[in-house]
Order: sequence, then structure tokens, then C-alpha cells
Amino acid sequence: MSVTAASPHAYLERQARWTWIEVAFWAAALLPFWLTPNYLVLASQIAITALFALSLDLILGYAGIVSLGHAAFFGLGAYTAGLAAKHGWGEPITGLMLGALVAGIVGYAASLIVSRFRHLALIMITLGMGLLLKEAANSASWLTGGADGLQGVKMWPVFNTFRFDLYGYVAYTYSLIVLFLVFLVARRIIHSPFGLSLRGIRENPLRMPAVGASSRAHLRKIYTISAVMAGIAGALLAQTTETVSLASIDFERSADVLVMLILGGAGHLYGGLVGAIIFMVARDQFSGNTPQFWYFWIGTLLVAVVMFLPNGILGGLAKLVSTWRGSFWRGKS
Amino acid sequence: MIGPVIGVLFDGFAYGMLLFLLSVGLSVTLGMMNFVNLAHCAFAMLGGYVTVTLMNRFGWPFLATLPFAFLVTALVSIVFERVLYRRLYRASDLDQVLLTIGLAFVSVAVAAYVYGTIQQPVQMPSYLRGSVTVLGVGFGVYRLFLVAVALAITLLLVAALEYTRFGAQVRAAVDNQRMARGLGINVDGAFAFTFALGSGLAGLGGALAIEIVGLDPSFAFTYLIYVLIVVSVGGLGSIAGSFAAATLIGISDVAGKYYIPELGPFLIYLVMVVLLMWRPAGLFGRR
Amino acid sequence: MRYTLAASALAALLGIGAASAQDTIKIGVILPYSGQFADGAAQLDNAIKLYVKQHGDTVAGKKLEFIRKDTGGIAPDVAKRLAQELIVRDKVDILAGFLLTPNALAAGDVSEQGKKLMVVMNAATSIITTKSPYMVRTSLTTPQLNGSLGTWAYKTGIRKVYTMVSDFGPGIDAEGAFIRAFKEAGGEIVGSVKMPVANPDFSAFVQRAKDLNPESIYIWVPGGAQPPALGKAMAERGIDPQKVKVLGQGEVTDDAALKSMGDAALGIITAFHYDPTHDSAMNKKFVADYNEAYGRNPDFFSIGGWDGMNAIYAALKKTNGNADAEALIGAVKGMAWESPRGPISIDPETRDIIQTVYIRRVEKVGGKVVNVEFDKIENVKDPVKAAMKK
Repeated sequence: MSVTAASPHAYLERQARWTWIEVAFWAAALLPFWLTPNYLVLASQIAITALFALSLDLILGYAGIVSLGHAAFFGLGAYTAGLAAKHGWGEPITGLMLGALVAGIVGYAASLIVSRFRHLALIMITLGMGLLLKEAANSASWLTGGADGLQGVKMWPVFNTFRFDLYGYVAYTYSLIVLFLVFLVARRIIHSPFGLSLRGIRENPLRMPAVGASSRAHLRKIYTISAVMAGIAGALLAQTTETVSLASIDFERSADVLVMLILGGAGHLYGGLVGAIIFMVARDQFSGNTPQFWYFWIGTLLVAVVMFLPNGILGGLAKLVSTWRGSFWRGKS
Repeated sequence: MIGPVIGVLFDGFAYGMLLFLLSVGLSVTLGMMNFVNLAHCAFAMLGGYVTVTLMNRFGWPFLATLPFAFLVTALVSIVFERVLYRRLYRASDLDQVLLTIGLAFVSVAVAAYVYGTIQQPVQMPSYLRGSVTVLGVGFGVYRLFLVAVALAITLLLVAALEYTRFGAQVRAAVDNQRMARGLGINVDGAFAFTFALGSGLAGLGGALAIEIVGLDPSFAFTYLIYVLIVVSVGGLGSIAGSFAAATLIGISDVAGKYYIPELGPFLIYLVMVVLLMWRPAGLFGRR
Repeated sequence: MRYTLAASALAALLGIGAASAQDTIKIGVILPYSGQFADGAAQLDNAIKLYVKQHGDTVAGKKLEFIRKDTGGIAPDVAKRLAQELIVRDKVDILAGFLLTPNALAAGDVSEQGKKLMVVMNAATSIITTKSPYMVRTSLTTPQLNGSLGTWAYKTGIRKVYTMVSDFGPGIDAEGAFIRAFKEAGGEIVGSVKMPVANPDFSAFVQRAKDLNPESIYIWVPGGAQPPALGKAMAERGIDPQKVKVLGQGEVTDDAALKSMGDAALGIITAFHYDPTHDSAMNKKFVADYNEAYGRNPDFFSIGGWDGMNAIYAALKKTNGNADAEALIGAVKGMAWESPRGPISIDPETRDIIQTVYIRRVEKVGGKVVNVEFDKIENVKDPVKAAMKK
């Protein structure tokens, strides 16, 4: 079937149709309830990390903004939700929205700076902002608990009935639903004219204003949206674990999510999710058996992926499938 | 009152010189080939461990280990360049980041496996310890040594760049790679040599750093951040830029801590963000 | 609604399953085996292994099984999840380990919810043991050491102190404890400065201290690369520990730091609860055995693990193999025994450790630079929790 784009809308509509693989993927996300009920806490943390990776994919994979400080928004969401619960308001859904709001406001402010730069300067500025925020969180230990972390975070049951339990049933259900809803939003954004223009900006930022897409405004928009999503992920983690610490906002978290995203393949929407699953599951396996070798094997995996599956796992798979099929793979344009 | 301040500023300058040695290689290779080598500090770490091994296991004197820290690291980097890096010159930035971070992870794991995760204790020879007092101000002997080495290397590098044919070729390749190729300059060869030189310098920097900041397997990542700061603030491909940025960062960090200690951890990052916002291409950047 | 019912039914079933006669007692050990704290974790784990080797892996007729999990460093969400999984999936009876405070605090919630004994073998922040009624600590608390140092400092004639500490949790805790005790005794703090944890170039801070020409300086920096760096900075800027009294917590002068600092460390006074050179027959044997097994000296991580295991064994013997948390914590409260570090006991009110705090000075003994204990304060309780009671 040749792809003669009759109109941009038809193209977008075609892209936005759900493939069977996508449906299978989300159906598989329900499997842990039956297959691995003892791993639900891990599953909820994977879902949260996947959401975080998805937020990074929007700016990195689609808009081309490489950020080494995205954990700043994750941490902001986490601390906001945690502080709300600590000071008496433990309702999860509103806490989540509060975290998203704070992350979004700071994200918008940051986007005013971030949208002006590219290349190394952009990377270093995002890195610097992330590090500054972390130091601020450390210094403001009267508010954040500093290095010891926030204490006294007690969550109320979701919808006043589902209490967060030791087994993680509620945590995973809650995280999975939030992930799916946010994913739907992200998917909608990508398969829209706005999403197309983002890809245009990534490829050629100078030309885009000529076609009427204001680069800076678009970048600010997507950066803010991405910050909101990262904030939601952070708030989820704070609520499901009832702890918040500097680990939510430090450089390692920013670096880990970047690695996960590139591992899975940036710009494929599912890349972050796949990368998060692989990374977290591998890490968990290593934590039990041979923790000292974690760095060795993850390093080797990264090198292998780059050498043999360039553009991440999904990118490599896409290429494999397309060369195998001899036709165009629907998905990344 | 001025006395102690000079001592403190000198210490900052010495720290800046250390950063310079660690960073100059990355700046030039990044500027030349646009190759993002995040394993750069892993090479520095290697140089440090070479020195530690030679000193602690084989009883070599400290100064004798330095040329070897340089050489071994340079040689190892050539191997990596041939086997891995070469294939990724055309690859995307993200792929380069992923590959080199992977290598850095592996290096951390190997270092931890071979040497353990503890700090490596290294005893400097007695003539490098202690301090000398000049005009009432105390200067650490080791830091004086560090500054001397760094300045010597800077002069050598600048002389090589400005006054040799090879140096001219490197400058041409940094300025405009395509044009340089068109003129028949062996850019790949120049790059390989420069890469080895830069990595070797990082190794030397790592060896020299042990006395100031210690050595353990996490060195590969801890100092990567500062190196990236120096490189981005200084400007890619510029030795003068790295020198200026390293000096600026070293001195402002120390001066900040002396006069406004509450700003302690924030100052370096603030300086970097402000400078990059003012000059995105770095102080001496070209693009 | 259905979920909670199902979950609690499941929990009940599993609970019954676990309590029914099992000949194995499972102990989940949570430590940062990888990452920058890996060395401390290794030392602690070594001590656990040595204890089991010397005392056998059977207690009161039950066989002990260890399940080890890595947190990778400071990661309270991971620590909490690992603790949950250990209880839910691996059905452990006892949680142990916990090198880092944030991780211990997070896991404390799980210990309380899941009703399992939790033995904290290193983490030193006071409030940790308040997180769960089934928690006991066998290592130390930061205020125990630093508060004692403050009182001792005034007692021995020090009147003015300048404090320099790292700007993060434990450092601020330590400084607070020291200042509280020192001021209460009547001393005066002439100035203080907080130093960033990352990128520590101490030159500027040491010079600030020197400008004020203090009679004595109190320092707190995390172990690792920082103590030698600080020691060297002091030597370079002309602060001689033999003339200006430098006070600190024991990590500042541990084995590796002393080796690096050499003579520059002579004269530094520290307060600590354990040193491999402690002169007791039990400690000499402990150090010798440890060296034989692992080729290096034990340190304070090791002693926390060693005494933690002792507490577990003793408690299980007392309850005749019953691993129920209530029984075990009841058995542990008030227990006292002789440890390689000296006499220790578990406070029945706070379930925290009571021990002797030694004051040591760095001196040259037989050509080597070591910590020499020259004073001690016995039966020190954690002052922060003691103050909370009032």
C-alpha cells in the first residue's frame, strides 16, 4: 500500500489508529496482577518511571530538547505531593494535580530560558538548573527534610476506599491508570499538527517560522506539558511510597531516565516505556544476585545496543522490521 | 588582610588548573569532530589508577609514574578509538552519548572489581608535601607543582598549535572540517592523534588529582560534570577557552566560598548558567 | 473495597502460613552493595558472614537463611520496595542491614505495617527508631557521639569553638548535637560555616576559620575522600592540630584517612564508639579473625553488623526460635552484652543502643599514625530521644 499523503489530516488519522501491537502492550500491562502478584510494587515503580521517561521523550524525542535536568520537575511534583500529605491533605488525586501544577508553573518559567538555546549550551543549562534545584532542596531542609528525606507523609485512601497496601495492588492500579491516561494525552499531542510541527522544529529550527510555526512558542508549550507529566510521575512516586528524598531530584535520576529513553529509542512514544521496563527489571534482578556487576552489565548492554541496534531498541526493531518486510513501518515518520 | 585572600585565590587557581588538564582534551576533540565522549573522565580515572598501581604495588616514585599515566591512557584511548568510536563519527549525538556512558559504566564496574570501592591512599614524596611561606602567605607545595605542570603543558600545547604544521592542520580541522579535508589534510589522522593526546592529558590530570580530590571508582562520573562545565563555558575546540573557563570557575568557586559561604554549592552552577545564557557558544566558542 | 478485602485475606492466609511451624528463619539484609557506599556495605556484610561462620547458622533449632538485596545507594523508594518484597514475596521474618538513614526511615514504615523485627546496623540519625515499634539499632547515633564530645570539650577546658560541617543531614545533626551539649555546659560558639558536600575545596573555609584564630575547631565531614582533603587544607593554611584543638567524629580519622594524611593528622581529637586498636582481648580476637577472613581491619560498619547479628541470635535464643516481632523486640529490650567495642546494651524505652563513647587523639605509636583512646564516657544514651521524653 503506497503512502501517498492525500492530506495531512488523513496522514495523521492513519498514524493515530491503534495497532494490534499497541493494544497487546497495554493488555500485557494487566498481566502482573495474575502472573506476578508479588512484584506489584516493582510494577508500580516501573509504571511511574515509564511515565517519567515518556515526559522526557516528548521534549527529547520529538522536540529535540536534550535535557539533563528533567528530574527537577519529577522532584518538584514529588515534594509538592509529599508536603501536601505531610501537612494534612493526604487525598491522592488532588495531591497529584497539585504536584502537576507546581511542576507546570516552574516548567513554564524554565521554558522561557530553555527555548532560547540549543546544542551544548542547552544541555548544560538544563543540567545546571537541575543541580541548582537539588542544592536548594538540600539547603531548605526545614521544608524538604534535606538528605534524610521528607517524613510523615501519610496518604488517604484513593476515592476514600482503596488504601495503599503492603502488596502494592492499589499502588499499581493507581499508577497504571494514571500512566495510561497521560499516555493517551501524549499520543494525541504527537499525532496532531502541533506534534508534526515539533518534529519539524527538531529537524530544522530555522525553517519552521517560515511555515508559520513559531518555534519558541511551540517549544515552550511542549516543555511545560512535559514538565507537568514529569511532575505527575514524581507525585505518584511520593504517594505510592509515602517517601520523598533528594534521590527524586538529583542528577542520577535525570541521567538514568535519559539512558532509559535512548535505550528504548527516543521519538517512538513507546521507547521510554520499553526502556524503563528493561532498565528497572534488570536493575531489580541484579539487586538480588550480583549487585556489584550492575554497572558492568548495563554498560555492556548500552554499548551493544548502540553498536547493533542504533536509535535504541525500538529504532533498531523498526529498521529490522522494515528491511524484513520491505515496506514502510507505520509509527515513526 | 590581603595575605590570606591571595593564598585562597591561589588554591582556587590551582584547582582550576587541575580542571583545565582534565578538560582540555575533551574540548578539542568535541570541537574538532563533534564527538561526544562522556567516557573522558573514565580515561582520567584510568590514569589515576595507573599511578596508584605503580606507586603502591611496584613502589615507583610519584613523578616517575606521571609520564606513564599519560602514555597508558593515550594508548588505551587509541584502542577504543579504532575499535569503537570510529564507527560512530556519523552517528547521532544520542547514540554517542549512550555508547560513551556505557563505557563509563563499564569502567566504573571494572575499577570497583579490581581495586575495590575505597579511596586509594597515596603518599606524596616529602618534597611535594607541606607548604612554603612567601611574603607571609602560605602556598601548598603540591599545588605549586600542579600549577607549574599545568602551565608548562599549556605552553607546550599552544606552541604546538601555533608553531607547527601539524598544529595548523588541527586548527584548520577544528575551524572547518570539510574545507580542511578538501585541502588534503588528513583529518582522521589528525583527529586520532588529538584524541589520544587529549585522553592522555586527562589521564595525567587524573593522576595529579589524587592528592587534591582523592580517587575511587565514582571519579568517572563525579568530575564529568565539572569537565562538561569547563568545556561548555570555555567554548568547544579552544585551548584558551578551557584555560579561561577553568581559571574562572576555580577562582570564583573558591572566592565565593570564602566571602559568601552560604552560596557554596550554588556558585559554580550559577556562574555556568549565567555565562552560558550570555554566551551560548562559550567564552571563546566559534559556532 | 474488594481489593482491600482480598489483600487482607491474602495477608491473613500468608501470615498464618508464615507463623506455622517453619524450621527456617529468613533474614532479609538490605544494604547499598553497589554505588558509592559499597565499601561500607561490604564491611558490614563481612561481619555478618563472620559471625555466622563462628556461631553456626542454626539458632534455637531453627536454620537461618539470608536474602540480600541491594539499594544501590540513597534510594528510599527502592529500600521500601525491597523491604515490602522481602516480607511479601520472600516471607522474611527479620529485616536487617540499613546503612543509610533515608533508606532506614523508609523501611521503618514497612517494619511497622508488616510487623517484622528490624535491626538497624549502621544508620545513625536519632529519629530512625521511632518509626517502628519493632525496630532496634546496634550501631550508633550521631548525637550520642557529638553530644558527648561537646560536654567533654567543655569539661577539659575548651571554651570557644568554631564549627565547620558538611551541609547535609548527618553533618547538621552532628553539629546540632555538639553545639547543644557544648553550650549547655557553658561554652561559646565563635562562628560556624557549612560546606557543600560535592566539590569540596576546603581551602576557603579553612582560611575563614583561621581568620578568626579560634582556640578550637569542630569539624564534621563524611568519610571517604573528604577527611584527608580537609586535613591537608588545614596543614597548608597553617592550622596545626597540635596547637589548635581540632575536634571531630571518628570517621575523620579512620584507617584510610590516617594513611593519606600522615603526620598532618597528629593531634586531632575524635569521639567514636569503635576503633580496631581498642585494647580488649575480645577486640583483639575479633580483629585477628576478621583480618584472617577478609585481609583488612574491621571498622565501625563491621561492628554494627557484628553486634546486630549478636542481638538477633540472643533474641532468638530467648524466644526459643519464635520469630514473631512482638516476642523478639520484647526479648531484645534491655539486653546487654560485651562487644568487641566495649560494653553495650539496648535501651528498653527507645530500643536504641547505649554504649561507651571513647575520646581519642591521633598519635604516633611505633612509627604508625593511629587513634589512641585516652578518655571515655560510659553508658551514653541517645540525647535527642532522651530530650524528647522530657
